[in-house]
Amino acid sequence: MRKTIQMISVLTIVGLVSGAVLVFTYKYANPLILDNQKSEMEEAIFKIFPKADTYDKDIIEDNVVFRVKEKSGKLLGYAFLAQGNGYQGVIKMMAGIEPDLETLVGIEILESQETPGLGQEITEEEFKAQFKGLTTSPEITYVKNKSPERPNEIQAVTGATVSSSAVVSILNEKIKAIKEKLKEQ
Amino acid sequence: MDSLKCASCGKELCKGLWRENPIFFQVLGMCPTLAVTTKALFGFSMGMATTFVLISSSLVISCIRKLIPPQVRIATFTVIIATFVTCADYFLKANFYTISKELGPYVPLIVVNCIILGRQEAFVSKHGVAKSLLDALGMGIGFSAVLVLLGSIRELFGFGTIFYYKILGEGFENWVIMALPAGAFITLGFLVGLFNWINIRLRQRRNSA
Repeated sequence: MRKTIQMISVLTIVGLVSGAVLVFTYKYANPLILDNQKSEMEEAIFKIFPKADTYDKDIIEDNVVFRVKEKSGKLLGYAFLAQGNGYQGVIKMMAGIEPDLETLVGIEILESQETPGLGQEITEEEFKAQFKGLTTSPEITYVKNKSPERPNEIQAVTGATVSSSAVVSILNEKIKAIKEKLKEQ
Repeated sequence: MDSLKCASCGKELCKGLWRENPIFFQVLGMCPTLAVTTKALFGFSMGMATTFVLISSSLVISCIRKLIPPQVRIATFTVIIATFVTCADYFLKANFYTISKELGPYVPLIVVNCIILGRQEAFVSKHGVAKSLLDALGMGIGFSAVLVLLGSIRELFGFGTIFYYKILGEGFENWVIMALPAGAFITLGFLVGLFNWINIRLRQRRNSA
């Protein structure tokens, strides 16, 4: 009986102390973590829209849309988060689209776990730059091993077709959803 | 109680560095060893996080080891280790956001790193505070050193850099395999082979002397 009580009390005390330590760590770290996430998104928005000055966050059902504005208050376009499955894990990105919802301004990859040296090339400027000025209707498509010819085409990263096509299809899906939601308003 | 005899203390510290190295000799903690060593910096961060958890949990457990009933010692160790791992994870997320994103789930997974629970079971639960700390420090440094070495080799051949510092010139074609999991297995295999070879040579020399 004495042993049982000792076991229970030791585990309880260890658990309580651990809990307390974790509460303090969380209180210290959580605001910093949220800050980091916010500044990461802001950086991406300002990189896509270099002229941007302010943005408003807008949540339309499941879609997070940022209305990005110039200093004069003119709407530069919409930025939105899109994510989906890549080759090895989730790809999360920020994309920018012009106010008429027909032309992409650019994309930034926020998170990806693609194969280093192959799929991870989607985070390189060379790949991302292809999305600048791409038209969004009809849907974006990709071509392999040759230069894109149509205004809605990009060239897939050599040896990483799955990662490239994942980016394209994640974008297409989200653009479709955003278009519908924004036109409803 | 422990008497601080320098000779034996030095032994506790040094055994983790070479003779009982957690990766080369005990072959523990293979999951982070193989997964996060694509670049030297990630290996270094992982090593530091693991060392922090190892030292703090050794400190706490060696202090309270006489109070813990043997039947629940594993549960108690796990709770204590998990607490420090969560702290390390939050700390990295708060202060080194990009590194923490690259390490992904492998920081929370330090909880199940056999080196930590193994040291608590094999060493800390039988020794005092001072010796346990030295043991943890030695094991932590030994673990980190191997991760950095492995990361440097893989980064050098996979990306041509070490700690993002360009070493190999433009003419070098990156060996993609080194950045992939296979590269980790190959490099680790060679390193363990080298470790054993050096040990055999040392023993032969000692015997012939």
